[in-house]
Amino acid sequence: MTGGVVVAVVVLCALTTLVLKGIGPFAAGSRELPAPAVRVVVLLAPALLAALVVTNALADGDRLRIGADTAGALAAALLLWRKAHVLVVVLVAAGVTAGLRAVGVG
Amino acid sequence: MRAVARAAWQGAGVTEQPPQRGWREGARAGLPYAGASGVLALSFGVVATDAGFPALAAVVMSAVVFAGSAQFAAVAILTAGGGVGAAVGAAALMSSRFVPMGFALGPSLRGSRLQRALEGQAVVDSSWAMAARGDGGFDRLYLFGHTGVQYLAWVLGTVAGVISPSLDARALGLDAVFPAFFLTILAHELRDRRRVGVAGVGAALALLLVPVTPPGVPVLVASTAALVGLRRS
Repeated sequence: MTGGVVVAVVVLCALTTLVLKGIGPFAAGSRELPAPAVRVVVLLAPALLAALVVTNALADGDRLRIGADTAGALAAALLLWRKAHVLVVVLVAAGVTAGLRAVGVG
Repeated sequence: MRAVARAAWQGAGVTEQPPQRGWREGARAGLPYAGASGVLALSFGVVATDAGFPALAAVVMSAVVFAGSAQFAAVAILTAGGGVGAAVGAAALMSSRFVPMGFALGPSLRGSRLQRALEGQAVVDSSWAMAARGDGGFDRLYLFGHTGVQYLAWVLGTVAGVISPSLDARALGLDAVFPAFFLTILAHELRDRRRVGVAGVGAALALLLVPVTPPGVPVLVASTAALVGLRRS
């Protein structure tokens, strides 16, 4: 990978993120959202977050794949249900995944 | 204290607005997430240098892009032999969820459209979800505080990652940190049956699309599950 490629990727990624994060507030301005839009907004978070969880835990690029990290995510879910602290959840997820890989699973 | 007051307010069903949560509260609530972000950033530093990024470039990328899923996606594409366009396109798709999130946030920000666009840069998944007041509005300063500590952790974590190149992110299970992190934020969201239902539909849509669309698209399309909100509950 050449230096030029790295610089181009970093600069272009920064610009696209700038635009993607800024365009919503720019377009919305100070207009209050109508009630149905508010109800959609409130539901955006669970939809997006659930999708982020499953695409990270159950997929590898464009392939569905169950691996050691899937088990790690399941352990995290169990701990969250038991009301564990976020750092404990994250570290146990990594630990379970690392442990399974160490014994040759996934 | 504040949590109790908010709960009481919600329970009483009064129409008066609860007090805005400030940046200190956001920073304090953001600390554990910052810790998790630091671990993620560490693995990004390791993965990026493994992929051939100079150490400085990886740190600069974290400082100016500040979007974990986009950064991982771009590096993964380059590692797989993809070009600049493919890498940037994948990163853009991963970050496309910030467009609907930004529309939702906009009215809670201040100033001209340009200033709002600038303030909107402070969005990360956890701060956006936790700054939400539940009535469609967001606590602006809380969002800044929450994101601020995460930004520091993100940049410092990347520094830690690039100076420990012998780490094996996979062997340490660091790839499981990402889903666990999002699962933690999601857990806060699953407060009623409607949200649980929307989360289930979003997850199902994303999984169906994974084999047939480029990475990023499944998450963007999953956001349409929220359209059920157009109907009154």
